[in-house]
Amino acid sequence: MHASIILLLPFFSALLILLGHRQLKGAAVLISVGSSIISFVACLFFLAADDDNKLLLPFLDVGHLHAGIDVLIDKQSRGMMFIVSFIGMLVHLFSLGYMKDDDAKPRFFGSLSLFMFSMTGIVLAGNLIMMFIFWELVGLSSYLLIGHWYQKASAAEACKKAFLTNRIGDFGFMIGILLLFGANGGNVNLDDLASAFSSGPLRPDPSGANAGFTTAAALCIFLGAVGKSAQFPLHVWLPDAMEGPTPVSALIHAATMVAAGVYMLVRVSFLIEASPLAAQIIAGIGCFTALLAALMATQQNDIKRVLAYSTLSQLGYMVMAVGAVAMAAKNGHEPHAAEPGHPAMFHLYTHAFFKAMLFLGSGAVIYACHHEQDIWKMGGLRKHMPVTFWTFLIGTAALMGVPLLSGFWSKEAVLGVALDSGYKVLFIAGAVTAALTAFYMTRLLIVAFFGKPRTDSAHHATEAPMIMILPLAILAVFSVFSGYDILATPLQAMKPPHVEGHQTVFWASLLALLIGSGFAIYLYRGRDKDPISIKLFANKFYFDEIYAVIIRICQDRLAWIVTALERVLVDGLVARLPTAIIARLGAATRMLQGGHLQGYTFLLGGGVIAVVYLVVFVLPRLGH
Amino acid sequence: MPPLLFYLFALITLGFGFLVVTGRNPVTCALALAASFVGLAALFLSLDAYFIGVIQILVYAGAVMVLFLFIIMLLDIKTEEGKKMNLPAILSGVLLAVLLTLQIIAVVGSTELAKKTSQDTPLALVDAPGKIGKAALLPTITNDLKAGTLPDAKLIGFTLFDQYGFHLQVIGLLLLVGTIGVVVLSKRERSAP
Amino acid sequence: MITLGHYLVVSGMLFALGLAGVIARRNIIIVYMCLEMMLSAANLALVGFSRFHLVNGLPDYTAQSLVFFTITVAAAEVAVGLAIIVALFRSKQSVDVESVTKLQG
Repeated sequence: MHASIILLLPFFSALLILLGHRQLKGAAVLISVGSSIISFVACLFFLAADDDNKLLLPFLDVGHLHAGIDVLIDKQSRGMMFIVSFIGMLVHLFSLGYMKDDDAKPRFFGSLSLFMFSMTGIVLAGNLIMMFIFWELVGLSSYLLIGHWYQKASAAEACKKAFLTNRIGDFGFMIGILLLFGANGGNVNLDDLASAFSSGPLRPDPSGANAGFTTAAALCIFLGAVGKSAQFPLHVWLPDAMEGPTPVSALIHAATMVAAGVYMLVRVSFLIEASPLAAQIIAGIGCFTALLAALMATQQNDIKRVLAYSTLSQLGYMVMAVGAVAMAAKNGHEPHAAEPGHPAMFHLYTHAFFKAMLFLGSGAVIYACHHEQDIWKMGGLRKHMPVTFWTFLIGTAALMGVPLLSGFWSKEAVLGVALDSGYKVLFIAGAVTAALTAFYMTRLLIVAFFGKPRTDSAHHATEAPMIMILPLAILAVFSVFSGYDILATPLQAMKPPHVEGHQTVFWASLLALLIGSGFAIYLYRGRDKDPISIKLFANKFYFDEIYAVIIRICQDRLAWIVTALERVLVDGLVARLPTAIIARLGAATRMLQGGHLQGYTFLLGGGVIAVVYLVVFVLPRLGH
Repeated sequence: MPPLLFYLFALITLGFGFLVVTGRNPVTCALALAASFVGLAALFLSLDAYFIGVIQILVYAGAVMVLFLFIIMLLDIKTEEGKKMNLPAILSGVLLAVLLTLQIIAVVGSTELAKKTSQDTPLALVDAPGKIGKAALLPTITNDLKAGTLPDAKLIGFTLFDQYGFHLQVIGLLLLVGTIGVVVLSKRERSAP
Repeated sequence: MITLGHYLVVSGMLFALGLAGVIARRNIIIVYMCLEMMLSAANLALVGFSRFHLVNGLPDYTAQSLVFFTITVAAAEVAVGLAIIVALFRSKQSVDVESVTKLQG
């Protein structure tokens, strides 16, 4: 019951607004915000729902394929649903202030509702086909929202880039689903797949007979997460996606959609655990992305881009945790089976709050500085925007993993499982990333909020309106306390049990924090421009340029061949030739239907003669 | 009937029929059609169908032909055809006609039924009253038969009213509908106010 | 000797002539005349069969009743058809069948 309300409310809201946004005007905003608030309330009730897996709407019943809209309710979906609806509601409220002067407000809120609908669908999905459908829908709504200011060439480019990059991942995801579909006799229900892997036909063979298949399926599914959660090598779209309005960045590109990849990986963790090789690759890519993105973040000057790379890095953390959990399970550590806790989901949960808050805070800063995003043109905002500063400070501290804040607990859990995985390199890279995180976040805080205002716009900045401050304050509370059991247990955050004896982890993260932030304070205190300049990091390791070259060399050639083939085969043989034949036939038959009385009479007479000939002369000879 | 007369009337029928198809002037065509129907009526007479022969002349050569001529005069149709010969239509018409004729000749030639002559099927007028059942109750029919003449109008009338009474009424209704239809069709459309 | 076959061939030729006329002629009134010819050709065949298929020593009057009906229907048809031609002529100022191509696709 709650599930269908949560799913359908944003759907109807989106439908209503997107179909009639010209007529609705201001009412569209109310509909969208209202539906998000009601969804949130429904989600609070939903937290108490029982575990369930039921079919809401059968919709594909073809042969062996039975897929529909079915809802899988368990701890993971309840917890994620809370994050989505809660942050969704706060972002809706924040947008009321941030988008106040925007001309296309109805379209914005309509797309936002569409996103809420699609994201809810992913969270509740009980089978992979439904998940894929909503997976594509979030891609679409993300595209619409990044390109909200489509008049700006960079925004139009960015949404195209996000969409196309996601295509690659989605293609892999689809192949993965089809592999499982074929292997499990057309059943892609998550529960059934899990039992097929634990005790059914797909159980990992001790001799390793089906290991290749399992690894391929796991990696294809993982490719979907690589696209959506912006992991290396498909990470390039996320920083550009910051062209979208800041509330969108907070909701979609920090807290929820990009986390959908991690959510999905945890959903199919039975598959990853079945393939050690896939688990290693996943952990490796997550770790590499975390490190790479953290390095890039140290040299960015755009406040939102710093946060975007930070998001990338944290997503890398989560993905690494997913792989590490699977590897740790192999090594005999069974945190997953004994207690439904998962470090990746826990980090997702805490990260959603503080990263959404940081983005909303940066939104408030940008709003106050008249859409200035360069941190070197800010400075001294501490005095002008005290509430924003304090919340931003809390968010930064949580992200850096300052002890007793939420980020500390989840980061410790991730590093702990990295240590358990048996691969020291994961742990070391995680710790280095933590140090880098501390470094670039401290840099951001010092440059933007301390010192003296460097431009007029920073000088005249004033505190954001109440409607924007309120979500910040609420999120700040969550950023501090969400790691404790008092919040994490009722919100079903899948907090893993605190592992005693991980002294190494505790000291390592504390050390990383101190080194990183201390170095940043030493370097950036009182500076007016960047004292260090590392071209490689500032230009994001030249990934965009490398991709451009690759595309020019490979894709253009391939496209040429494909085009040639298409011209000859598809256009010529398949399309042109039959159309020509049909057209000739049509012209011939049209002459029969010329509307000429005499033509008709001629045909009639000919018909009579033919019938007489057949009946009188042919049929008797055939023996009739 | 002597064969010579048959050929003569067949020639009249088909010859004037040909004139109908080829004639330029509609009036010529109509008159040729009337002549063709007269020949046809004579053929009917040769088949001992006197009543049909008479109404063929009365209805066709009389009423229908007058109607045709009247319409031609009314519309004042000149010899408008022939400006351009519709060659494909003519060719296809001729082709069909030839094919159809050949086919009919072939069919006729292949059946025994078509070889019957009037000698094979002589009319037995005097013996008939004993066999024709109810019709024999009418003295006018039996008297004619006994006198050796064929009361064919009376026999048709008897058949019509005895066996096809309902059909006759339906035909009457059809004529009524036709009359009303013609009235409706020929009413001038009132121009819109 | 004249057989049934002779009558049937004459009937068939008259029918074929009528058909050729319907196909080849463009004056709709003459087309109508040709239609009448075709109907009469059918009548001739019917009367021929009637004469050569004796019932109780008399011609088969059922066939002749059918001819009677055919002539009646033909008369009604001519009346209605000519009325249609008049209406057509009024709107098109022509009796050419080529001018009536409204049904053309």
